[in-house]
Amino acid sequence: MSFISLRNISTPYCLKNVNLDVEAGVLMAVLGFTGAGKSTLLNVIAGLIEYGGDVYFDKYNMNHIPTEKRNVGYLLQDIYLFPHFNVFENVAFGLRAGGCPADGIKDKVEKILELLHIAHLKKRFPKDLSGGEKQRVGLARSIIMEPKILLLDEPLSSLDPATAKNIRKELKILQKSLDLTMLYVTHDFAEARELADRIVVLAEGQIKQQGSFQDVFYQPVEEIQEFVVAAHSN
Amino acid sequence: MKRKILKEQLLYLAPVGLFLALWEIAGHIAQTPLFPPLSNVVGVFGSLLSNGILLKSLGASFVRVIAGYILGSLAGLIVGTMMGVNKVVERSLRPLISFLFPIPTLGWLPLLMLWIGINEALPITLIFICAFFPVAYNTLTGIKEVKEEYIKAARTLGASSWYIFYRIILPMASPNIFTGLRLEAGMVWRTVIAAEMFAIPTGIGSLLMNAESLIRVDVIMVCLVVLSLMCFIFERLFLWLENRVTGAWR
Repeated sequence: MSFISLRNISTPYCLKNVNLDVEAGVLMAVLGFTGAGKSTLLNVIAGLIEYGGDVYFDKYNMNHIPTEKRNVGYLLQDIYLFPHFNVFENVAFGLRAGGCPADGIKDKVEKILELLHIAHLKKRFPKDLSGGEKQRVGLARSIIMEPKILLLDEPLSSLDPATAKNIRKELKILQKSLDLTMLYVTHDFAEARELADRIVVLAEGQIKQQGSFQDVFYQPVEEIQEFVVAAHSN
Repeated sequence: MKRKILKEQLLYLAPVGLFLALWEIAGHIAQTPLFPPLSNVVGVFGSLLSNGILLKSLGASFVRVIAGYILGSLAGLIVGTMMGVNKVVERSLRPLISFLFPIPTLGWLPLLMLWIGINEALPITLIFICAFFPVAYNTLTGIKEVKEEYIKAARTLGASSWYIFYRIILPMASPNIFTGLRLEAGMVWRTVIAAEMFAIPTGIGSLLMNAESLIRVDVIMVCLVVLSLMCFIFERLFLWLENRVTGAWR
């Protein structure tokens, strides 16, 4: 049964009549060239931009629910950790904003920092973190609110291949253990193959193909053949 | 290591020591009340301190500076914030601010003398103007420089607009706000002295003018040193505050 349903989603200058269903607990990779509308799709789900059509979470229409009440975790491409907070406060931000009591915040944050192997960084400020450490902190900040949906917008694109591979592995384990429904934007076929249960391909603001990795990789529609050929040659 | 620090300190202090020595020597050679030696100026400083004239004058100027600076900075902070968070307010006020900002603070003096008269409100209003525009402008710039993505990230974490404003936008704009406050911290002293020299019969500026009419160069020099020290202390104080508030994460 689909957990996220998008019906006739359109946005000015980008998405055109997009329909998409994502089942609960599935990691769906959103593939496409730059400008295909991948990030816009995530922004629609998070409620960060105006759109036409309907967004449903677990059959509830979310159109009038503002971003801050959708409980969607969102890891942006450049992470955007708050520079004036240390790691602990960055991760605790959502809990504090929601009025969680101080004791609960400490326990929860420490638990999640342990889970992502970054407990030793809790007093550091973002300027003193490496790229990989920033990604982990961003991830911790996104999942501490226990969202049912996690959106990731090319979160590993700026990392070296070894660090990215490690984080991908942990991300997959995390997704399964927390039963998260995830949409993962990437333009990297190899990354999609390693992570995704399902793949959706966007081009020119429209969904051109969706299915398993095998479906998309071995029977690509015309619009993404160039993409697939490039992936084959890698 | 200690030797290196000592060498660096010597490098800073040597020109100052040389300047003071030259001043002392030149004063003795000149033998004129128009160029008193350093030792005379120090003696006058001591007597002005002990008879209370210096502290009374400094106190009067200090109260004006603090009142005008706090009011001007607060108003600048509020107006800058309103312009930063509300496009309609920004569009409405920007032409007015752009028109008034370039006017030198002392350019307002003749107008304010006619409107307000010669009383305590005059220097305070001048200092208010001196502090208001840079703080408003820097607050606006600071808020505008906060990237939209930080706000997006905060919203997805469940933060309300008000929470985002005071936990994200304002702290992230604070380096710019502090720059405005620090730049004007010295300028307000220059402004109050000028206002007192022209229009107000009390304060350091007034003491300067009285000394000039009595040809007391030693008193003038004491006043200039005190003014320089106050500008320096104020600027340093805000630099220290800025480092305390933003130093750890910048």
